[in-house]
Amino acid sequence: MGAFDFGVIERSIGYLFREGMTFTLTLTGLAALGGIVFGTLLAMMRLSSHKWLSLPATAYVNLMRSIPLLLVIFWFYFLVPYIGAWITGSPRPIQVGAFASSVITFMMFEAAYYSEIMRAGIQSVSRGQVWAGFALGLNYWQTMGKVVLPQAFRNMIPILLTQTIILFQDTSLVYVLSITDFLGAASKIAQRDGRLVEMYLFVALVYFIISFLLSYIVKIMQQKIAIIR
Amino acid sequence: MNYNWNWGIFFEMSADGRHTWLMTLVIGLGWTLLTALCAGVIAFLLGSALGVMRTTPSKWAVRVGNAYVEFFRNIPLLVQLFLWFFVLPELLPKGIGTAIKQMTPPWASFVPAVLGLGLFTAARVSEQVRAGIQALSRGQGQAGTALGLTLPQRYRFVLLPMAYRIIMPPLTSETMNLIKNTSVALTIGLVELTAAARSMQEFTFQVFEAFTAATVIYIIVNLIVVNLMRWLEKSIAVPGFIGPAAVGGGGH
Repeated sequence: MGAFDFGVIERSIGYLFREGMTFTLTLTGLAALGGIVFGTLLAMMRLSSHKWLSLPATAYVNLMRSIPLLLVIFWFYFLVPYIGAWITGSPRPIQVGAFASSVITFMMFEAAYYSEIMRAGIQSVSRGQVWAGFALGLNYWQTMGKVVLPQAFRNMIPILLTQTIILFQDTSLVYVLSITDFLGAASKIAQRDGRLVEMYLFVALVYFIISFLLSYIVKIMQQKIAIIR
Repeated sequence: MNYNWNWGIFFEMSADGRHTWLMTLVIGLGWTLLTALCAGVIAFLLGSALGVMRTTPSKWAVRVGNAYVEFFRNIPLLVQLFLWFFVLPELLPKGIGTAIKQMTPPWASFVPAVLGLGLFTAARVSEQVRAGIQALSRGQGQAGTALGLTLPQRYRFVLLPMAYRIIMPPLTSETMNLIKNTSVALTIGLVELTAAARSMQEFTFQVFEAFTAATVIYIIVNLIVVNLMRWLEKSIAVPGFIGPAAVGGGGH
């Protein structure tokens, strides 16, 4: 029992945060940004009265939500080179780095979840506002961009942020592609030095502190920006 | 593009020399479902107990319940499984630790996977149970008190039967999440459905056939579970009560 050496954390802390945490946070940020933009478009498609817009969006969201993230990660890891080849017209699968591949994966996957949130957000804005927009002579994009979406975002900020905290935790799954995210970096050190216990306890603690603080901030924010109706 | 499709691969012998690749995937599905079932039982029982604790008048019970939920919600599932698989045997007394590490192959990953997934999902179930109880009108509990029921009786006969009916839709999606989350156990060596598809891809290089099959199986399981839960929801519904629609978004 006395054989634990927590000094291994001190010795590797620079590497863990400079390499690992930077990757994790960059991936989280890019995936959240792309996921929200793409998710909002998906939500608008789903709410469209045109069947040819709403059906594919619904199918996409339902597909993404019914398979595990790990399977999606594997799918995109092998699929993206082929899609890239198809777009560029190259005869063989193109080389896609692990970083680009994981950003695309998480963007596409999280878009399905963000789109459900944005759909609820858009539906939380009363129909009369859309009619008022049209009555003022605004077109669809103006009504959406200037009237509906700003309110939808505001109503959904806490849920969007909560989903982003879940995304932050989910990015640890890129471990299966042997990528050096925070967990991947810790795992490499742990296996090199034979210090699994110390490293994984430390990883759990860091994830806990970050997620706990962020959820706490979201909770406070929720009380502050709550709109009294 | 030059990808060689070969759908016949499913009927060829797999790397273990005993089953076809199709059978390998089916066995993987079996492990997925067994893991989800065992973890689900833990999650339901523990989650209900925690959810109830968080609605009782007792301050410390609420605090313990809240602490549990914060702990299990703020650490990624993958890290939690690592804690159960790598860290726990080292922290236990030597005899028990070695016994755990020497379990025969599927069980050495299965037991930590069930434990980890069960405790992780319990935190989420407890959120739903608490929300369900709090969604009931105050009058229900008070009516129970007026009838002379004790606190446990009030939960057993008045609050919980209604709360469970209200939270059927979110429990359905938690069940789906649990089945999907079992795939994370592949990182500690459990050969469930995703891992089976992955091993098929590694041995045969038929990437897209393997993943398509796994995707289709997950979708079928999804449809079956959703319909089973919907049927259950209908058959236990109390006439005159309609549970509030599930709140959109979030999750996974």
